[in-house]
Amino acid sequence: MALIQEPEIQIEHLTVSYDNREVLSDITVNLPRNRVTAIVGPSGCGKTTLLKTLNRLIDVTDGASVSGRVLFDGKNILEKNVDVNDLRKRIGFIGQTPTPLPMSIYENIAYGPRVHGTNDKATLNTIVERCLRTAGLWDELSTRLLEPASKLSVGQQQRLCLGRALAVEPRVLLCDEPTSALDPISSKHIEDQLSVLKKDYTVVLVTHTLRQAKRLADYALFVYFGNLIEHGPADEFFNRPADPRTRAYLEGVFS
Amino acid sequence: MAGRKTNELIVRKIMFAVALLTALLAPLIALGLAQRSELILGTVSLRNLIFSGSWNPDEGEFGFAPFIAGTLWVSGLAMLLAIPPSLLMAIYLAEYAQKRMRNIIKPLVDVLAGTPSVVCGLWGVLLIVPFIRDYLAPLMGVSTTGYSVLAGGLVLSIMVCPIIVSITEEVIRAVPMEIREASLAVGATQWQTVKHVLVRRAFGGIIAAVILGFGRAFGETMAVLMVVGNVPTLPRSIFDPAYPIPALIANDYGEMLSIPSYESALMFASLLLIIVVFAFSFAAAFLLRGFRKRYGLEQAN
Amino acid sequence: MNRLIEERAFKFLMQISTLLIVGGLLSIVVVVLVKGAPSLTVQMLTETSNGGYYLGKGGGILNAIVGSLDLAGGATVLAIALSIPTAMYLNEYASRSRFAEFVRNSLDLLWSVPSIIYGVFAFILMVYVGLGTSLLGGIVALTMLELPIMIRAMDEVLRTVPQRLKEASYALGATKLETATRTVISQALPGLITAVLLALGRAMGDAASVLFTAGYTDNLPISLFQPVASLPLAVFFQLQTPFPVVQQRAYASGFILLVIILSLSVGSRLAAKRYGRYTVR
Repeated sequence: MALIQEPEIQIEHLTVSYDNREVLSDITVNLPRNRVTAIVGPSGCGKTTLLKTLNRLIDVTDGASVSGRVLFDGKNILEKNVDVNDLRKRIGFIGQTPTPLPMSIYENIAYGPRVHGTNDKATLNTIVERCLRTAGLWDELSTRLLEPASKLSVGQQQRLCLGRALAVEPRVLLCDEPTSALDPISSKHIEDQLSVLKKDYTVVLVTHTLRQAKRLADYALFVYFGNLIEHGPADEFFNRPADPRTRAYLEGVFS
Repeated sequence: MAGRKTNELIVRKIMFAVALLTALLAPLIALGLAQRSELILGTVSLRNLIFSGSWNPDEGEFGFAPFIAGTLWVSGLAMLLAIPPSLLMAIYLAEYAQKRMRNIIKPLVDVLAGTPSVVCGLWGVLLIVPFIRDYLAPLMGVSTTGYSVLAGGLVLSIMVCPIIVSITEEVIRAVPMEIREASLAVGATQWQTVKHVLVRRAFGGIIAAVILGFGRAFGETMAVLMVVGNVPTLPRSIFDPAYPIPALIANDYGEMLSIPSYESALMFASLLLIIVVFAFSFAAAFLLRGFRKRYGLEQAN
Repeated sequence: MNRLIEERAFKFLMQISTLLIVGGLLSIVVVVLVKGAPSLTVQMLTETSNGGYYLGKGGGILNAIVGSLDLAGGATVLAIALSIPTAMYLNEYASRSRFAEFVRNSLDLLWSVPSIIYGVFAFILMVYVGLGTSLLGGIVALTMLELPIMIRAMDEVLRTVPQRLKEASYALGATKLETATRTVISQALPGLITAVLLALGRAMGDAASVLFTAGYTDNLPISLFQPVASLPLAVFFQLQTPFPVVQQRAYASGFILLVIILSLSVGSRLAAKRYGRYTVR
């Protein structure tokens, strides 16, 4: 598989600070289209921040300041006049903690399309079925669509969140440690889903587990204390890392 | 070692007794009032007490209907006026306001909420009553002294707002960040997030806040008494005067000393008041506790 | 497009609401200040209302000021004596028991009792023991008023004392009581002070509960068993007179009352901040 891909997202000199404390320093990298890019690194080093910058979810954090450029679809999405709500339609997000919205299973999936103006019952029905199928939940839940989503198991909830994110048909899917709160079986389900999804979506996956990264990634980034130490195609990254710090991390010296 | 232990035991028993005493106060009050109401309940039927409109204490007629109506009119109007702006303000403080603004407004409102009832009544007499009499009523083609249900409702509503704002703001803020992010991440606007997700999730708490406000509105005495006119007839419009139950009790306390049946009637009125207020309090506490337990929160006030 | 308009419309409504409510509350202070300040004289604070004050002659409301201090002060002392043991028992010994739930529920109910009912109940008690309107009667009513406020506030404060603090004390061999009285109270002190001042302020401002328990008088308080004046009632009665001069004084009295209450409120918050130095976070 050729790795010289058109970049989906181009990050240029991205620096993010919380209350004057730098959390991400001068990140420059291109994220390839229709591939799974894994972002690895020790906890609290800015991986989540990087992800949240890509869909401007960082705006919600008090005291965060961002500089640099992130190019997507030909535009710098960090500019003030960007329609963030529309941006988030094109760049989706799944968080670490499975977070069902306080509504029925059906309404959870339909939520995205609804807020963007789709109210036609038939259309929504189609979308809900499609997304639940993609998330691997249709068989289990097709008869229980009106039940509260909070009644689902944690694993099902996370898959629901995946379906919900896909309902607005994004091109990019940002995943912040999506399996860290799940048991091994549910984790596997999500991983399988992500592997399949990359045909149609660009997946950016922050993960804590190197094994998961190795399983899924086509491309990898190593972020250490806010700095991008190294990045490259998965094969080179995991087997022949250039930087000694990357090597140390991969060998489990620090985690 | 023995000394310390016995010490501890004695003190512990004393503390238990004190705690028990304070806990018994509320039931004791209700019982006391009930006991003192026995006299009037023996002479006048409950039906007449509540539904009759003839109030003639000298002739033994104790129809509380005008007073009950007065209480309902004034409290109801106050809640109608207070709820929408209070909820909106709470949402604003919780979701939209800058941190700095919130840190100024919230303490400011908390401090001002402590304004004593008489002072609010004073404000009502100085500002609200003339405003109604000289501007609002003529505008509507009505003539009134200004001492009216509307005056009572307006004064009461400003007194009740802080409590609704405070609790509603707390319950909305308590909704975890992840839920907001989940909604925003699919492209919903902030208001859509508030409308569809946050309010839904905080609903129990919001209802509790409103109920607590209602309870406060029912029992508020002084401020209302000063502006509501105190005429024992059924109000027909918000420009008419009214005579809520707390005002009745406050005004006629002197009678309690001379006529036993009158005293008992007023005790009954007090009992009515307390029953309603307790019912509200139960409902609100139940809702709030359920809400807090479900979402694992520490109780904050 | 539709939803952006909705967003902007509601944001506007929210800002208006905030303005209305904050403005309304502030206007109370402003109106009373503006109307009251002109009649504010030194005499108001130093003389009593003996002899013709209510008819427009000279005098002041010293009797009411001192009366309120006595009433609220006495009630606060009694309330503290009852609140601290209760709050401590709830937190140190019975934290999650059914008893604690019962007590807290009961206090929730007490919290919602309209203040006039405290007056009515205290009145019942007073009649029962043969007490007439008096300082003591007023204190009893106000103590009941302060209890739920003080206990709840103290309960909140004590709950926030970190468990590890208590554990550190136990680990050194201290008993529950010793831990409670030395470590916990010291950690919680600023919050406890705020609780007391909060309740005190509330008691000073209440008229309905002292209306027929404390009565009223033109004299300074001399005995527990005599009626006593209070600031809120002073405002109320002066307002009722047909003399504009006296009504003006009502505004001034209201202003004095407001200043006292607001100062207590602000002061208690500042004190809590300042004296929270030793508090572990």
